[in-house]
Amino acid sequence: MAPHPSTWLQPRPEGLFCLPGGFFIDPTRAVDRALITHGHADHARPGHAHVLASAETLAIMQVRMAEGKAGTIQQAAIPGERIRVNDVDIRFVPAGHVLGSCQIVLDYQGSRVVISGDYKRQPDPTCAPFEPMICDVFVTEATFGLPIFRHPNATDEMARLLASVALFPQRPHLIGAYGLGKTQRLIALLRQAGYDAPIFLHGALVKLCALYENFGVRLGDLRPATIADKSALHGAIVLAPPSAIADRWARRLDDPVIAAASGWMGVRQRAKASLVELPLVISDHADWAAILHTIAQTEAPEIWVTHGAEAALIHQLGLLGLRGRALALIGYGDDGEVA
Amino acid sequence: MKDFATLLERLLYTTGRHAKMTLLADFFAHRPDPERGFALAAIAGALDFPGAKPAMLRALVATRVDPTLFALSYDFVGDLAETIALIWPTQGEVAPPALDHVVAQLRSLPRSDVPAVIGAWLDQSDLSTRIALIKLLTGGLRVGASLRLAKLALAQQFSVEIDAIEEIWHGLTPPYQALFDWLERRAPRPEPGTTPMFRPPMLAHPLEAADQASLNWADYRAEWKWDGIRVQLAATPSGRRLYSRGADDISASFPEIIGAMTFHAVLDGELLVIRDGVVAPFADLQQRLNRKTVSARQRAAYPVAVRLYDILFDGAEDLRALPFDARRARLEAWFAATNPAMMDLSPQIPFCAAADLAALRDQARRDAIEGLMLKAGASPYVGGRPKGLWWKWKRDPLSLDCVLMYAQRGHGKRSSFYSDYTFGVWTEDRRLVPVGKAYSGYTDAELVRLDHWIRTHTVASYGPVREVEPGIVLEIGFDAAQRSTRHKSGIALRFPRILRLRPDKSAADADTLATAQALLG
Repeated sequence: MAPHPSTWLQPRPEGLFCLPGGFFIDPTRAVDRALITHGHADHARPGHAHVLASAETLAIMQVRMAEGKAGTIQQAAIPGERIRVNDVDIRFVPAGHVLGSCQIVLDYQGSRVVISGDYKRQPDPTCAPFEPMICDVFVTEATFGLPIFRHPNATDEMARLLASVALFPQRPHLIGAYGLGKTQRLIALLRQAGYDAPIFLHGALVKLCALYENFGVRLGDLRPATIADKSALHGAIVLAPPSAIADRWARRLDDPVIAAASGWMGVRQRAKASLVELPLVISDHADWAAILHTIAQTEAPEIWVTHGAEAALIHQLGLLGLRGRALALIGYGDDGEVA
Repeated sequence: MKDFATLLERLLYTTGRHAKMTLLADFFAHRPDPERGFALAAIAGALDFPGAKPAMLRALVATRVDPTLFALSYDFVGDLAETIALIWPTQGEVAPPALDHVVAQLRSLPRSDVPAVIGAWLDQSDLSTRIALIKLLTGGLRVGASLRLAKLALAQQFSVEIDAIEEIWHGLTPPYQALFDWLERRAPRPEPGTTPMFRPPMLAHPLEAADQASLNWADYRAEWKWDGIRVQLAATPSGRRLYSRGADDISASFPEIIGAMTFHAVLDGELLVIRDGVVAPFADLQQRLNRKTVSARQRAAYPVAVRLYDILFDGAEDLRALPFDARRARLEAWFAATNPAMMDLSPQIPFCAAADLAALRDQARRDAIEGLMLKAGASPYVGGRPKGLWWKWKRDPLSLDCVLMYAQRGHGKRSSFYSDYTFGVWTEDRRLVPVGKAYSGYTDAELVRLDHWIRTHTVASYGPVREVEPGIVLEIGFDAAQRSTRHKSGIALRFPRILRLRPDKSAADADTLATAQALLG
């Protein structure tokens, strides 16, 4: 009989640890061997000795981390290919969250665990779509693990943005968006919607957009917002990190429409509190229905929840007759890069 | 309902009074009757549906959603209407009901049928309509648009004076068909008749130094400016009302005043807490404000009375065109004849020269007096703030040198600046305790300098609030200092504002709590 996954995969202070493989998945502290699902800072931390991740994730880590901090020895995992470490088979499978994001599939003595990392099920022109894998234990995130979260279609939200641009043709539209993933997805969605005007970027967003381009994601005409003549920004779309939209940086714009693209924007009081005039409910995470749909597709009888609103999800799993377990891993989703 | 829902959503996210007014004006211009009238009624809080209360909605959502999931969701969202709207399981086609249909149904259905009908409406509605529907049912739209703003939008859109609307408002009922017929010039203005209407009150300009020089003092009469709330008493054969200066009907908060209005007249006065003939501080009156009901205990602890300034109507006779002196004579004669309970006359202050008055004003810091009023003897009673007829001459503010302790970002055009300041004074053991908060009184250039200083001298952040090193001294002006149990310092300042920055002073030189306590009124 196959060993139960809890005998060989354990939560530790550093993160989830695979005993027979001797490696951690997305450890929150520097370790000897780390498997990284994707490049967001709460999952990809600096200072590991050996790092196994997709080529895109490795490249993202190199751009974002100080010299020599992105792993002393890096190994690129090719999605779908098996890598054997001790008696454990490792496979990276697309998670649909951001460029290079992968689920990690572990097979050990006939039992299989899938660690989702962060994921979404809506289409995203900038990354490969999530592939559901049948398994014994599915380790899921629950950032939006409450039934109040129902993300609308991102294309409909972009239509609202473009309608506002048409309504206020003189006002710049300043959109708060995270630098890795959200920014590039918004740009790609705008291009898909036929918007081919230049899009202006806060300096902090430039490098990662270039990286996406290097991996073949076409983003069109991008220009720095910081050197542009003020009047060139009238009626333009400008992207900046969320922290910049309510700050001095935004003063360079004349009477901007302040927008923000995030799953949290679905809750009015939250959107209002962030001083946003045009909230766009666009998320790179699965909403409540997508989490439950994904769990059903994995056919897993047991679900481990890493971070987010785990109480509600575990309650719901009980109603569905599934075993739920909160891993209470510390350190995910708390750097602001979660929406 | 969909258009109303969209209006509410846009109002919520729009900052700026002007932009909100534009949204409202656009809605009133383009939506048909009676939908726009019911929307106006919703903003006015004039719709009440006894069959649809929060408890009923909670019970209704419990039939569709697991209670544990609902409780966890409500904890997260924090707003009942929004939680229900977000979590409501959608099914079938979206076909939101019309606003007037909703109102008509809720008014006519037996109470037992209401939950099922509301459930069906929620099933047919999109998210923003669901929120609007639930907010409509539970009252309290909280979209940042007051009734006054809605009336201003109507006045602007249909080119009438706001006072012309205010004057008839309290005789109107939802959906205000007569109002819209008049605004669109299909019918004459609905006349108030004998209902106890609100009449736009006459307001005063602040008297600045430049005005004093050119004032012909002999033409003016002086009165104390009492520190209560300005009220209008309207009593006619068909009813009695007590109105605030802003046209809110506050009758329910002051039943004893209503009870004392055993006459037919419209009077202008100041509502005060008076004990044994002595006017109590404004803080006492605050205990009585904004209450829907008032207990016998509160009435006994904070006894209110009205100090009368003026008479607008004696019976059905409109006195507003008379000069002030003639109205004063009518007021005194009326008062002598009627002798109403819980009311007295605000005395006129005899004076010979401007210097007399200046001296009176400066020593006036007692008995809840804010300063002096100067009224032209020849002035008719004109609603609004006509130039040159009435002046308010407030005493000079008290002041304290305080230390900036916390800063928060402002709103609107200041939204990226740390512009809201909490300041404090030193205790005996040299700790700072906050005494107040101010948002104004600095120049744009000073704001930029303060903003930069705050960013570079932050010692801690609490969400949007930054705590700063003690280093900036602000000279704070205020009208009075009151005892307060809500502030750690035990002191609350009335109308605090920044008089100036004191770069010449170090934080250690700022005032102490003992100094502030000595100013308690």
